[in-house]
Amino acid sequence: MTGGMSGLGEMDELYEAIILDHYRSPRNTAPVEGADVDLEVNNPFCGDEFHIQLKVEDDAVSEVGITGRGCAISQASASLLAELVKGKSTDQVHDAVDSIRRLLKGEEITDEEADVLGDIEALGGVRKFPVRVKCALLSWVGLDDALTEHLSK
Amino acid sequence: MSNSESGSGVGSRAFDVDSIRADFPILNRKINGQQLVYLDNAATTQKPAQVIKSLTDYYEQTNANVHRGVHTLSIEATDGYELARTKVAKFINAPRREEVIWTRNTSESLNLVAATWAEANLSEGDNIVITMMEHHSNIVPWQQLAFKKGAEVRYLQHDDEGVIDIDGAGGVIDSRTKIVAATHMSNVLGTINPIAKLAELAHDVGALILVDAAQSVPHMPVDVQALDADFLCFSAHKMLGPTGIGVLWGRYDLLEAMPPYMFGGDMILEVTYEDANWNDLPYKFEAGTPNIADAFATGAAVDYLSALGMENVWKHEQELTAYAMEQVLSLDNVKVLGPQDPALRGGVISFIHDTIHPHDLGTALDQQGIAIRTGHHCAMPLVRSYGVVAAARASFYIYNTKSEVDAFVNGISETEGYFSR
Repeated sequence: MTGGMSGLGEMDELYEAIILDHYRSPRNTAPVEGADVDLEVNNPFCGDEFHIQLKVEDDAVSEVGITGRGCAISQASASLLAELVKGKSTDQVHDAVDSIRRLLKGEEITDEEADVLGDIEALGGVRKFPVRVKCALLSWVGLDDALTEHLSK
Repeated sequence: MSNSESGSGVGSRAFDVDSIRADFPILNRKINGQQLVYLDNAATTQKPAQVIKSLTDYYEQTNANVHRGVHTLSIEATDGYELARTKVAKFINAPRREEVIWTRNTSESLNLVAATWAEANLSEGDNIVITMMEHHSNIVPWQQLAFKKGAEVRYLQHDDEGVIDIDGAGGVIDSRTKIVAATHMSNVLGTINPIAKLAELAHDVGALILVDAAQSVPHMPVDVQALDADFLCFSAHKMLGPTGIGVLWGRYDLLEAMPPYMFGGDMILEVTYEDANWNDLPYKFEAGTPNIADAFATGAAVDYLSALGMENVWKHEQELTAYAMEQVLSLDNVKVLGPQDPALRGGVISFIHDTIHPHDLGTALDQQGIAIRTGHHCAMPLVRSYGVVAAARASFYIYNTKSEVDAFVNGISETEGYFSR
């Protein structure tokens, strides 16, 4: 019963098929043994919370585990994040977080950046729903801060 | 003067929802192409044309500072400002109009009591008793004061349906209890708490009772004397009035003995280079130029509700709540927090959907023009006690209709359809 009189069709940009897929079947949810980065992020505004664990070997993310609870957007975003960071160098992760921030702010990203983001570009639909941008960014911002802190150790 | 038509002679008016709705310009708005269905009244209510007009009338015809001029406008502004205070006093059956203190909102009223009366009267080892269903604004000021004083914050328990364990309250309230601070109606559960009974338990041990009436004064007849309350707090914007103004009502003898909250103009009687002494009530608690325009508008809001009659307001909301509870409880995947019996609750229905997160539901309903609240409702510990981080909430007021309830329930079903595609 989408679209039509109810107006729910407008939501398709927010809830693209790939988003709903990651929401229903989040990837990389297994806990990481001996994680180098282990943090809880939460959005006090809505109460969403995620537990993010990373193993960093030779300056690259070798293992990732994200569990938590939140709305479809924050859950899908966390799952997409987990897929992306695996095998990436910390610099690449940082750049990707920068790309996604700009994407969600409504700024242009380059074709190269879009290639790196892949499926994650689907999150761009959140732009039309500004109050939901925080949902999409929650795990990304937390992860970026935690990685930066880990590297400075 | 400008506020003559909203003056002392408040007529009565039949409770007719169609004619009420015609007074609210915002109800004509389309949201995302759909007719607005506003169900976030526990957060703030919409304003009738009469209240909006009282603001423009004030600024166009009366604007001046109060309590200090001999010119006509200042006298009219002062009269209107004080008349609004009298209206509020009558509305809650306060014994004296000087017991009504204007604040910014319920939060400021609560902070005022914590920072003055409680600051002066609590010692190490004393305790403050609150419920498990308080808004953050009736938790945090007490926690902070307790840290400072070496005092303890104690909690009255409630059952799974959010009904206070009044039999167990005697074990929580004891000889070291100085104040019991309880919400009259929970903004999450809808529970109506037995304030008069809590007042009796508090008074039995020499403690005071403070009532957070932010969710009750707008919706039901509230009589501070019948409740045997010592302090009672509420906000104008949740009862058709403007944002930025609220009320602290307190017993005269208590207010008289309390130190001031803020210092400045209007609250002093005499100032020398060495010292100052304080003005009489209520001015002792109203430092600086007050929120004159919004006091006028609060008076207009009280007039509007008084003309309808608070018994009728309450009856309308009870009917709507009973109707909505029946509809919502008939949905398979929805759990309603708080009392399941509509007779035990007010017009606030917080609920959790088994599969749809409140924010996704909130966005989907907004696409259908339906405004509900989602999140922790400024009651994080309470919402978490139900094993979730957020809930959705629909809350009603005088202009809501059964067909809007239908739209809301249908909206949930539409959203289920959308997410199971």
